Amino acid sequence: MRTAEIPYAQSELEEKLDEILYAALSSRRSSAAVAIGISTLTRSQQEFVLSWAQIAVQNVAELGYQFAAQAPQAFFLFDQAGVEKWILDALDVYDREGLYSACATLKDLNGFKRRIEAAGEGVALASVTRVLELFLRGLSGRELHLEPSGDTWTDTATIYLPEHINVWATRGENFRLYKALAVHHWAQARYGTFNADLNKIIGTYAQPERALAWLNFIEANRLKSHVRRGFPGLGTLLASFQTAPPEGFAGVAASLAQPASTVADSIELLAMVYARELPEPYPYMGSLHPAEAARVREERIVKERHALYNGLAQLRENMQLEKPDPLGAEPQLDVESSFESLDFKLEIEGEPIAPPENVAKLMRSIIQDFGEIPAEYLLASGPGAYLSGETPEADPSAAESHAAGGKLYDEWDFRRRGYRKDWCVLFDQDVPAGDARFVAATRAKYAGQISLLKKRFEALRGEDRLLRRQTEGDDIDFDAAVEAYADHRVGLEPSDRLFAKRRRVDRNIAVMFMVDMSGSTKGWINECEREALVMLCEALEALGDRYAIYGFSGWTRKRCEIYRIKSFAEDYSEDVRARIAGVEPKDYTRMGVAIRHLSSLLNEVEARTRILFTLSDGKPDDFSDGYRGAYGIEDTRQALNEARQSGIHPFCVTIDGEARDYLPHMYGQASWILIDDVRKLPTKAAEVYRRLTS
Amino acid sequence: MNDRQDTRRLDADLNCIETEPYYEPLGGEVALFEAAYASRIPVLLKGPTGCGKTRFVEHMAWRLKRPLVTVSCHDDLTASDLVGRYLIVDNETLWVDGPLARAVRSGSFCYLDEIVEARKDTTVVIHPLADSRRILPMDKRGELLHAPAEFMLILSYNPGYQSVLKELKHSTRQRFVAIEFDYPRADLEAKIIVTESGIDQTIAERLVKFGAMTRNLKGSGLDEGASTRLLVHAAQLMRRGVAPAAACSAAISLALSDDPEMLAAIDELASAVF
Repeated sequence: MRTAEIPYAQSELEEKLDEILYAALSSRRSSAAVAIGISTLTRSQQEFVLSWAQIAVQNVAELGYQFAAQAPQAFFLFDQAGVEKWILDALDVYDREGLYSACATLKDLNGFKRRIEAAGEGVALASVTRVLELFLRGLSGRELHLEPSGDTWTDTATIYLPEHINVWATRGENFRLYKALAVHHWAQARYGTFNADLNKIIGTYAQPERALAWLNFIEANRLKSHVRRGFPGLGTLLASFQTAPPEGFAGVAASLAQPASTVADSIELLAMVYARELPEPYPYMGSLHPAEAARVREERIVKERHALYNGLAQLRENMQLEKPDPLGAEPQLDVESSFESLDFKLEIEGEPIAPPENVAKLMRSIIQDFGEIPAEYLLASGPGAYLSGETPEADPSAAESHAAGGKLYDEWDFRRRGYRKDWCVLFDQDVPAGDARFVAATRAKYAGQISLLKKRFEALRGEDRLLRRQTEGDDIDFDAAVEAYADHRVGLEPSDRLFAKRRRVDRNIAVMFMVDMSGSTKGWINECEREALVMLCEALEALGDRYAIYGFSGWTRKRCEIYRIKSFAEDYSEDVRARIAGVEPKDYTRMGVAIRHLSSLLNEVEARTRILFTLSDGKPDDFSDGYRGAYGIEDTRQALNEARQSGIHPFCVTIDGEARDYLPHMYGQASWILIDDVRKLPTKAAEVYRRLTS
Repeated sequence: MNDRQDTRRLDADLNCIETEPYYEPLGGEVALFEAAYASRIPVLLKGPTGCGKTRFVEHMAWRLKRPLVTVSCHDDLTASDLVGRYLIVDNETLWVDGPLARAVRSGSFCYLDEIVEARKDTTVVIHPLADSRRILPMDKRGELLHAPAEFMLILSYNPGYQSVLKELKHSTRQRFVAIEFDYPRADLEAKIIVTESGIDQTIAERLVKFGAMTRNLKGSGLDEGASTRLLVHAAQLMRRGVAPAAACSAAISLALSDDPEMLAAIDELASAVF
C-alpha cells in the first residue's frame, strides 16, 4: 500500500480537526470523538471530509463540526457523490434558513436518503411495500408483511428486506430485484422450507453455519422449480438472477425438481454436498433463521387449528340441523388436498361441501404448513378441546353486587344456549372534555379531504329524485298525463296525480357510532379513531343523517362502561368536539353489553333505516370471567342478532388484520370491512359510510 | 269494448331461445331448478357478479323450452313498468302489457335481474305471483291474471353488496327457493374459458389461477375478485392476438380497481402466471 492510501490514524486526525474546527471546540467538546468516527473511513474519504469541513467552517464553525461528526454515518449510507450532495444541501439550507435548520438537515440523514431516493433510480422499500404485500397476498392468500431490515430473511409471517435497493441502473430493474427477493422468501413459506426442524438438522454438522448456508442454497434450487411450475412468469424472474450452479450440483440435485419434492429432499441432499465448496449465493437469497421461523410457524399452527376447529364445528352444526342423525353422531368429515395447487375437496358424510371463504382460507394456509390437512384436524373432538380454561366462574349474585345507577343486561352463554340473567352491570357517563384544539387541528390536517368529502356527501344529500305522480309539482309527468287521458277514454276515473317534481328524498337514516375505547387502542389507533370521528362528523353534518357517538370499554361484567360523546339530540357543538378530543383508551372490550345498550338507544329514534356502525380494533375481550375467546365472540354475535331482529343494520369497520377469522361469524359476510392501514382510518371511515348508505 | 282493446294490444315478440346457451353445471342447480319449476315455486339466484346467473337462466329457459323475459331492475322501476299501462294511439286507447304481464300471459320465464335495485313498491306485484296464489292483479284493467303452470318467476341478487338500503326483505325472500352461485371450481372454470373463448387449455388454466389470486385480495382493498366473466373477456382478447399482460390489464385489473397501487399489484400477479 502506498502512503497516500493508508488512512490517517486517530491522533493525526485529531490534530487536523483541531486546526480546522478550533472555533467550534471547547473545553467540553474536543475533536476526539469526531476523529474516532473518521478514522474508520478510507484515506480518500478522510481527505474528502477534511476538505469539506474546511469549506463548511468558512460559513460557520458549528456547521463544519456537525458535518465532520455525521460524515462516517453518511458514508455508510451513501457513496461519495451522495455525501457531497448531502453537505451541499445543508449549505443551501444554511444560506436560506440559517444555522439551526442547516444542522437539522445534516442530522436528518435518513430524511435526506429518502429524498435522494425519491429523485434517483433507487427504490425505497416504503414506496413499494403495499404493492408487494398485495402481490404476495394474492399469490397464496396468506398475509405476509414486509419490514425493512439490514438482513434479508423471513419468519414466514414477515419478510425482512433491505430498506433501499440501488444496485441496478433503472428503477424498473431495482424493483425487479425487490420482487425476486419477496418471491423467494414467500416461496419459503409457501413450499414449506421450515416444515422440518432445521435447527436440529444443522446442529448435527460440525459447522452448523456452513450446513445452513448449503441448505439455503439447496432450498433456493428446490423453490425455484416449484415457483417455475406454479408461476411461469416468476420462474423467469428468478432465473434471470441466477448464476450457473457449481459443477456437479445439477447431477445430484435432480430430485429437487420433482413436483413432490419437500424440504426433506433438500435435507437429504445436504449430507451429500456438505463437504463441497460453498457456491456463490443467488442475489435474491438472503439468509435462513430457522429458530424464529419455527416459533412463528408454531404460533400460527396453534391459532389456525383452533380457528379451523371452530369453523368446522359450525359446518357440522348446520349439517346436523339439516339432516339430524338419529343416533346423534357427529357428521364425518373427509378432506383431500393438494400441496401443489392448495386445492382441497371437503366432504361431510360423503357429500362434497364448499366451506365459507374464511374456512377455505384457513385450510389453504394449513396446507402450506403441513403439505396437507392433518387428519386429526377434522376430528370432532368435542367442545372440551378448545374451551379448556374458559369456564366462567359461577356467580349468582350479580344483581346484588351492582352499584347504584348501573343498568343490568343479560348476556348470552353459548354453552348453555341461554342467557345469563342480569349478568352485566352497565354505567354510562360523558367522555371528559379533551383538548378542544384537537378537532381544529384535525380539520386543518385533512382540510382537502374534508372539502372533498363534503362535496360527495352533499351530492348524496342533494341527490334530487324526480318524484313522479304528484298532485302538484313544477313539471307535467307525461307518463301520468297520458295514462290519465287513456284511463279517461276507457271510462276509468283519471288520476289527479299528474305532476312531477324534483325533491330531495328524505334519507331518514339514523346511525349509532360505537367506538372501541379499549386499552389496545392506545397510541396511533386512538389518534386515528378520534380523527376518524371528526371526519365522520363533518361528513354527516353535510349529509344531514341523524347520528350519535358512544364509546365503550369495561372491566369485567360488573363494570361495563359506555361513554357518551354525542347523543342523537345534541348538535355537533363545541362540547361534542371537546369530547371527541377526550376519547382515550380505557380497559377491555366487552362488546355484547355495549351493543345491547346502544341498540336500545338507537331503537328509540324514529327512522326508516337504523345503522349500528362499530369502529373496532380487535375481537371482544374482557378481563377474567371467561369473556375472552369463543364466549365473547358468541355473546357479541348473539347481541348483533338481537339488534338485527329489532331492525338495526350492524356494520363493523375494523383495523384488526386477523378480523377475517371471526368478523364474518359475528357480523355476516358482507357487513364488515377491514382497513389494513390504521392511518387510512380517518379518510376511509366516512367513505365506507357513504357506500353503506347509498 | 274489452275485446276491441284486446285486439289492439301491443304484443312484443317473445324471446325464444333457439340454440343451447353454453352452461357448465356447478352442482345440483339444474335438477333443483327443474324440481322448483315442476312444483311451481319461484327461484332466487344468489351470487357475486359475473359467475353465471344470467347464463344459467337462459340455459334453463332453453332446456325447458320456455320463452324468457328479462328485466334489468333499476331504482326507477315502478310497478306499472312491470304490469303495463294504457297508451293513446290514433286517438284510441291502447293497453300495453309490461314485461311481467307478458310473461304471465304467455307462460314464459320472467327474470328480474338485480331485484334489490328496484323500487320497494315493485315487490307488491311480485308477492301474489310468488306464492301459491300465482296471480297478477292488474288494477287498471280490472283484470286478474292467473299464471299458467309454465310461468316461472326468477330473481337474482348479489348478497355481497354492502348497502343497508339494498337488502331483500324477508317477506320477499321467503317466497323463493334459493340457489347459491359461486365462482366455479378451477377445472370447470378453465373449461368454461376454453369453450367461451376458444383459447388454449394452458392459457385458460393460467387465467383461472390469476383469477383465484385476485380473489385472495378481496377484503384487502378489493370489493370483489375477478369474475369468470372477466376471465373470459381476457381470454377473448388474447384469442384476438392481444398480449397476455395487456389483456389482463385491460379486461381484469382496470375493471376491478382504480387504486394505482392495487392496479400495480394485480398486474404483478398477472405477470406471475404469464
